[in-house]
Amino acid sequence: MIVELISSIFLIIGGVFLLVGSVGLFRLPDFYMRLHAPTKASTLGIGAILVASIIFFSFKEEGINIQEMLITLFIFLTAPITAHMLSKAALHVRLPTEPHTLNRDKVEQIRTRQAEPKD
Amino acid sequence: MKRIKENAIVPSPFTFLLLFIVWLLLTNSYGLGNLLLALFLSIALPWLVRDIRSNTLRVAKPLKTPGYILMLLWDIIVSNVIVAQQVLGAKENLRPGFVAVPLDMREPLPITLLASTISLTPGTVSTEVSEDYSTLYVHALNVPDEQALIQQIKQRYETPLKEIFGC
Repeated sequence: MIVELISSIFLIIGGVFLLVGSVGLFRLPDFYMRLHAPTKASTLGIGAILVASIIFFSFKEEGINIQEMLITLFIFLTAPITAHMLSKAALHVRLPTEPHTLNRDKVEQIRTRQAEPKD
Repeated sequence: MKRIKENAIVPSPFTFLLLFIVWLLLTNSYGLGNLLLALFLSIALPWLVRDIRSNTLRVAKPLKTPGYILMLLWDIIVSNVIVAQQVLGAKENLRPGFVAVPLDMREPLPITLLASTISLTPGTVSTEVSEDYSTLYVHALNVPDEQALIQQIKQRYETPLKEIFGC
C-alpha cells in the first residue's frame, strides 16, 4: 500500500514534467527555444517514472531491480548529443531566431565554428 | 595530464568497470559463465576501438566524480522546476540568447563532458564549439545576465572538470 502510494507520487511527478515538456514544445516561439522543452523534460520526467518503477518492482518481486538504471544511463548519454545535433542542424539550415534573442548577430560566427574574438 | 596507456590490457579502468556492470545489468544474470563473458567483453571492446579513442585523457582524481554527478543530478532537478515555470509563464518575459563561454580547457574529452553537462541541465543547450576549442557556444532559454551565466558555467562545472582531469 505504502509502496504503491510512493510509486504513484513519482509517476505523477514524472507525468507532470513530461506534460510541461510537451506544452513547451507547443508554446515556445522559435526552434532553439522549443529544443529546450523536450530534451529537458525527458531527463527528470522519465527519471521520476523510472524511480517509480524501481521502487514498485523491488518490493513486488524478490530482490532489488535496478535494470532501470540502464535506461537512465542511456538517456543521459544520448540526450545531450541529440540536442547538440539538432541545434547544429538548425544553425546549418539557418532557421530563424526570435527577434529579441541575445547575441543574434553571432549566429553566423557560431555556424562557421569561429572562436569568440578576445577583447 | 595523464593519457590512457594504449598497450595495457585495461587501458582505462573506468571504461572496463562501466562495460562490466552494464553488461551484467543488460543480461540480468549473474552466473559464472556470464561473469566470464562480461570480463571478456569489457577487455575486448576497448581493444577493438583503441584507434578511435587514442590519446584520450585519463581521470586524474576519480574520487571527485561522485560529487560532481550528485551536484549535476541536484542541478537537473532544481533547474527543471525553473524551466517548467518559464515554459508555463508569460512568453514575453523570456529573453533567449546565444552565449559564448570562453574555455580554459583544450582537451576534447573534458569539453564533451562540459557540453553534455550544460545540455543536461535545463535551460541551456550546448550548440557548438569553436574549431580551436577555445569557445563553447550555449543557447539559453532565459538570459537575464550574460556574464552571470558564463561565470556560473565556469565555476560550477568547468572548475571541477578541470580538477577531475587534471588539466
